[in-house]
Amino acid sequence: MRFDFIASYVSALTEPWWKIFYDFSILNRAVDEWLKGSFSPFWTTVIEMVVVGVVFLLFYAVVGLFLVYAERKVCAFIQNRLGPNRIGPYGIFQTIADLVKLLFKEIIPIKNADSLLFNIAPYIVIIVNFMALAAIPYAKGLHAIDFNIGIFYILAVSSMSVIGVLLAGWSSNSKYSLIGAMRSGAQIVSYELSIGLALITIVILSGTMQLSEIVEAQRTGWFIFKGHIPAVIAFVIYVISSTAEINRGPFDMAEAESELTAGYHTEYSGIKFAFFYLAEYINMFIVASIAATMFLGGWMPFHIGNWEGFNMIMDFIPPFVWYIGKTFFIIWIIMLFKWTFPRLRIDQLLTLEWKYLLPINLVNVLIMAFLVLKGWHF
Amino acid sequence: MEEKVEIIGTDEKQEFIINMGPQHPSTHGVLRLVVSLQGETVKNIQPHIGYIHRGIEKMCESITWPQIIHLTDRMDYLSAHQNNEAVCLLVEKALEVDIPDRIKYIRTIMSELSRLQSHQLFWATFGMDLGGQTCYFYGLRDREMILDIFEETTGGRMLVSYNCPGGLMYDLHPDFQKKVKDYIKYFREKLPEYDAILTGNVIFRERTVGIGTLTLADAISFGITGPSARASGFSCDIRKHEPYSAYDRVKFNEVLFTEGDTCHRYLARVEEMRESMDIIEQLIDNIPEGQYAVKMKPVIKLPEGEYFQRVETARGELGVFVISDGNKNPYRVKFRSPNFANLGVLNHISKGFKIADLIAISGSLDLIIPDIDR
Repeated sequence: MRFDFIASYVSALTEPWWKIFYDFSILNRAVDEWLKGSFSPFWTTVIEMVVVGVVFLLFYAVVGLFLVYAERKVCAFIQNRLGPNRIGPYGIFQTIADLVKLLFKEIIPIKNADSLLFNIAPYIVIIVNFMALAAIPYAKGLHAIDFNIGIFYILAVSSMSVIGVLLAGWSSNSKYSLIGAMRSGAQIVSYELSIGLALITIVILSGTMQLSEIVEAQRTGWFIFKGHIPAVIAFVIYVISSTAEINRGPFDMAEAESELTAGYHTEYSGIKFAFFYLAEYINMFIVASIAATMFLGGWMPFHIGNWEGFNMIMDFIPPFVWYIGKTFFIIWIIMLFKWTFPRLRIDQLLTLEWKYLLPINLVNVLIMAFLVLKGWHF
Repeated sequence: MEEKVEIIGTDEKQEFIINMGPQHPSTHGVLRLVVSLQGETVKNIQPHIGYIHRGIEKMCESITWPQIIHLTDRMDYLSAHQNNEAVCLLVEKALEVDIPDRIKYIRTIMSELSRLQSHQLFWATFGMDLGGQTCYFYGLRDREMILDIFEETTGGRMLVSYNCPGGLMYDLHPDFQKKVKDYIKYFREKLPEYDAILTGNVIFRERTVGIGTLTLADAISFGITGPSARASGFSCDIRKHEPYSAYDRVKFNEVLFTEGDTCHRYLARVEEMRESMDIIEQLIDNIPEGQYAVKMKPVIKLPEGEYFQRVETARGELGVFVISDGNKNPYRVKFRSPNFANLGVLNHISKGFKIADLIAISGSLDLIIPDIDR
């Protein structure tokens, strides 16, 4: 086998190379055809899966490290500080240095802890993250799996992360961890409802659960604009309840630094702690991605009805730039929440969900169904 | 040898016991609270103190009066100046020394600056106890500037040790008046920011209003003093009732509320910041000229007898009780520290609330652990 990969893949491109920024399926097809020419279909599939897996691993690490850095800078900005500024220009390598430190730190075994569950918990959280990441459309054609029930799948797997949190708290043999895990359980199970109903509002509007079709349906306008007030209400509820779902301030009951020291991951050290820490940020990325996809059009540029000229200018910006811009806008909002508000109490948190968000949401779903039935949406 | 293994501790009443402290982010020091929980609800709190007991009262019996001043810094380290002042006032009262106005004015200004920085730190940590971490940096940002002013004049930032029997250690720094005036001007603009980020916040109101209510009767019977008691309507400001230094020459309001919940203990302190700034503004331009210390005998000996002096620290009433046998050392010293009494009411007012409320309540009592243990 010759290593003239680059040359042959460039020659396999049937269109100008810069077009792949607008449609990644060109690249996918080219790589697929090139592999099929060299290997049997079975090995082609295996190699493609490995490549996608490696790309996701890299993506996971890069996004995680970047978000940790971004959060530090955002909170420093709010708190009149400079934030990390020592390692590299503007401190951009600070999180990498921290990661190296965490890699070398001792993993302290806990006496009387259930070691199997204790060790398995961080991996459950990480695996769940990967499963959710796989179904998100990042740009046109840049989509690992396009399920026909994509949004349902993401809801299902992302709610599994509570298992990891509960196991971590339960197996640590620490009272603070246990309280943190129980809080987290109550919280995630409750807010799962609001997230589900807020997304159902959009599913009613789009008429499909497949993420690629949902994005395609927003070609003439994002759902937050198309769906009148119900879509806006659903968006607000989604942002609130997803903040709660990922255990971030002002809903960070499970960690609640000032009450439970570090909540469910009090007893973890070294790289296992880093797993929880990274997973928290990737969770934030996932919920922001879903918000961007469902409400703000995913990778779809900003289009207004049939303004051809305007839409063409907007199309000039590549889809993944749109996607990243929208996702980070929502991440930025979620970060602002954390650094501005004090924390709610656990009973107030549940009151907010069961007495306010859930009834509003149910009515909202009905209004949306009525709008769609009458065809009053744009 | 059989090893005792406790997996998850419950007592005979099937309550969940957790040890909050001695190392816990929200006890602000080495206070240990043994908390019995039922679910998230607090059933009983048993404070264990003494982790930072240094025997200050006993140590005082073997050292001289100028030395005792430096020990009192280490009790309530955020009210270091007021602690110093209490001992100095007591010595001066016992020896019947006449203190010039300049010293009184400077002591009052320094006391109020101390109170201001203490309440700023309270605001910062209280915000953090409730989960709003930005508050911490806002509070510390403004507090640092006061500490800089302290450093310039006294050489110390927290433990200033600026008083000595008969006056002050050093004269004021030439820039002192200008810097304090600039600071008051600056902080008057910043205080609305404090209200914007915490006081007016709906989550903050939800978390604090009606939580840990302390009635007037309880406040008096538990011996609560300071802003915590004034939030319950107990008029106990020593500066008003028994004025010392220059407090009888300034106009200020004693901040009083009647609600007595966590929110009003917080509001009492925020309002006191405004009152402190008023007091400083009235005095800062009128500091009389004169000497900064009265010449005292090289060895200070208090006449035989019992003496008592109290001052208003940032957390309440600090009483110094001394029995002297005529020697250069006191025979017996007792400090009535405000925090010890304030801690006593914690169990009474936080029973039946949630863990998060316990943190808020203990934060609102503004406990300083070295002052409890001494």
